[in-house]
Amino acid sequence: MEGSRINRALLEAATGCECVQVHDLYATYPEQMIDVSHEQALVFQHDVLVFQHPLHWYSCPALLKSWLDMVLSYGWAHGDVSTQLAGKSWVHAISTGGADSVYQRRGYHHFTLAELLRPFEQSARLCNMQYLQPFLTQATDTLSDTALQAQADSYAAWLKELAEGDGPPVVESVQAEEAQYLEPVRDVKDI
Amino acid sequence: MAEAHIPSLLLESVIYLGAAVLAVPIFRRIGLGSVLGYLFAGVVIGPWGLGLVADTDTVLHFSEFGVVMMLFLIGLEIDPDKLMELRLPIFGMGGLQVLLTAGLVYGVGTAFNLDWRLSLVVGMGVAMSSTAIAMQVLAEQGALNRPSGRSAFSVLLFQDLAVIPIMILLLVIAPGAHVSNGVHMDWLAILKAVALVILLILGGKYLLRPVLRYIANTGLREIFIAFALFLIIGVSILMTLVGLSMALGAFISGVLLADSEYRQELELDIEPFKGLLLGLFFISVGMSVNLGMVLQHPVLIVGLALAFVSFKLVLLFGLAKVFRLNNAGGLMFAVTLSQVGEFAFVIFSAAVDTKVISYEHSAVLNSVVAISMVTTPLLLLVYQFAYRRRLQQRRQNRKFDEFDEERPIIIAGFGRVGQIVTRLLTGVGVEPTVIEHDPNQIELMRSFGYRAYYGDITRPDVLRAAGIANARLLILAIDNAEDAIETARYVRQHYPDVKILARVRNRTYVFDYMDLGIDCVRETFLGAVHLGEKALREMGYTPFHAYSTAWKFRRHDEGMMRDLHPIHTDMQKVVSYNVRTRQDLQHTLSRDMEEIVAGLNNNIWGGRSEDSLSESEDGSPQSP
Repeated sequence: MEGSRINRALLEAATGCECVQVHDLYATYPEQMIDVSHEQALVFQHDVLVFQHPLHWYSCPALLKSWLDMVLSYGWAHGDVSTQLAGKSWVHAISTGGADSVYQRRGYHHFTLAELLRPFEQSARLCNMQYLQPFLTQATDTLSDTALQAQADSYAAWLKELAEGDGPPVVESVQAEEAQYLEPVRDVKDI
Repeated sequence: MAEAHIPSLLLESVIYLGAAVLAVPIFRRIGLGSVLGYLFAGVVIGPWGLGLVADTDTVLHFSEFGVVMMLFLIGLEIDPDKLMELRLPIFGMGGLQVLLTAGLVYGVGTAFNLDWRLSLVVGMGVAMSSTAIAMQVLAEQGALNRPSGRSAFSVLLFQDLAVIPIMILLLVIAPGAHVSNGVHMDWLAILKAVALVILLILGGKYLLRPVLRYIANTGLREIFIAFALFLIIGVSILMTLVGLSMALGAFISGVLLADSEYRQELELDIEPFKGLLLGLFFISVGMSVNLGMVLQHPVLIVGLALAFVSFKLVLLFGLAKVFRLNNAGGLMFAVTLSQVGEFAFVIFSAAVDTKVISYEHSAVLNSVVAISMVTTPLLLLVYQFAYRRRLQQRRQNRKFDEFDEERPIIIAGFGRVGQIVTRLLTGVGVEPTVIEHDPNQIELMRSFGYRAYYGDITRPDVLRAAGIANARLLILAIDNAEDAIETARYVRQHYPDVKILARVRNRTYVFDYMDLGIDCVRETFLGAVHLGEKALREMGYTPFHAYSTAWKFRRHDEGMMRDLHPIHTDMQKVVSYNVRTRQDLQHTLSRDMEEIVAGLNNNIWGGRSEDSLSESEDGSPQSP
């Protein structure tokens, strides 16, 4: 956080929202050990989980991954009888250094963000949660301070709508996926 | 009958102390400053007032020792490096001030057809300012670290140095003195003086610190004070023997001890003696005002005093402008140094001894000097009135002005705990002020290149001197639990803005600190948890599992401390809480164990994750 311009601005915006409880994992667990029962209680109290993070190696930072590993345990978050999280929403607020154009089949990173984030989408499905369209802050390397402020403002507005049940659409990419895999040549034009 | 048994020393002490205690608080209350209070007390009890004390000369000579102690204390504040930085103001400003004043007064004197010797002696005497009054004024105004204060101090230092050549000059110009004889005498004296100064520097550098350590090791505070006084008086006597000024000797010893770990302790121990002796000095100056003579030649004496003071004011202000002080600073500088100082008494009496001037002249001059000293506090009142607004502004800015030497973090205790904290902080470039009361510890750490000050943190004056008022953080790392909590209470109450972190002996004390809202660390807790973690590894836990178990235990225990805090005085509740939570803990830690055995734990480093993969056929989240 200390060195992060983008995520600090976004976090400040989130902190300003009454309807949002900010839970800074790196501040709470500097030793990267997670208090599972405390976290599960927190998750249980809320309807929407927003994971705000930069994209690290096409995924989330290590502590968030660790959080998923520990907190979403078998028998609580998923498994035959577990319905603790059913109906809750799972959504990411992700920042990337590159613009959207580099996350393209012919772009520098070769995969779309939607593709890269599919492990999260499936994780949400496994927990019977709704996986919503992420909030993206892209091309942060060239983002001006004014543009960043505007982005933070729209983040706050996005969070407010989310809390009022007026959030982004649910992502259901399974069918689209099948179609794309059947015709790989066409999807270049599509995206 | 009883009267006959009271030694006169005791009786006089009662008179001096009583007069000071009566006059000074009143003068301070009505805003006239302590110096004027002392002077007034002196006039009242002196031979021209109530006549309670007759022998003013002896008292004056004795109390000049206050000036010596003051120079020792000033020396302690100035390490050799700082002294080098001041060389331009000392020799430039100080030199110009002494030469110009003496030269001009001499010129005017001879122009009025006065004896050239008398004019020269008066000129040299008038060039001197009162270190005692000036430093007291600077300290009371909080101006010591400002440019004006530093300049004033530099000039005073040069005047101290100038006393030596002036004394030699008096011998040379004495009527009937053979010049050749005089020069011959000088060489020997100079040789002796230089030898003594070199000896002093060497001794101070190599001998003083071990001796101070030995003395401090006895743990007897009064012996430490006794040694400090012995040191100052001894050096002063040696200096007088070779014809140097006592104050100069004390100043040199002070400078030599400025970077030693005993600096603060010495300062605090000498401070009250200095204060009392200086007070006595001011009283005796008040007593030496010869009211009879003043009434005889009121115009001459008061006129001369006012003439000298206004002449010095103009000259000093001009000098300040030449050396680029601003108007307020320059005026402060001029007012501070405008009086004729105690060295003038010394010069005049030496001049009488060598028959350079007559006794009558010196009596008149001494009264002039004493009256000029009275003007300073009055001038200061005028100055303050004129510059009140500026002063207030400056006071608000002072936070930034005087921060230089104070550091944001103070660590109390340089033992097992303090050392580690200090090393960590120094490692990231944050140098703390470290205070330790065990000289051996200081010496030991010094050999590793770490520096701590000798002092007892439980004393409010030590805290103050360490800069608690401007510190951000105080780390209490001392061993004595009672002392630590007392210090924490004191600082919490008097310096609520300073954040405190404390090393704590055990649980009981933790609650005391929690009552105060102070963050603390149990000194053995983390070490013990770490030991337990190693034990778990020996018992076959994987390193990661051992670590995470120890971490959970730690978290459980910290939560327990929070829960127990409101009920910790009720033994029954504490016991029942403990029984209950022990089961909780066993449950938490053993559930973890069962999960691992069953292969359901999410920890893929636990060695059994492959089982968990095969069991959760729907693709559990940890599958790679």
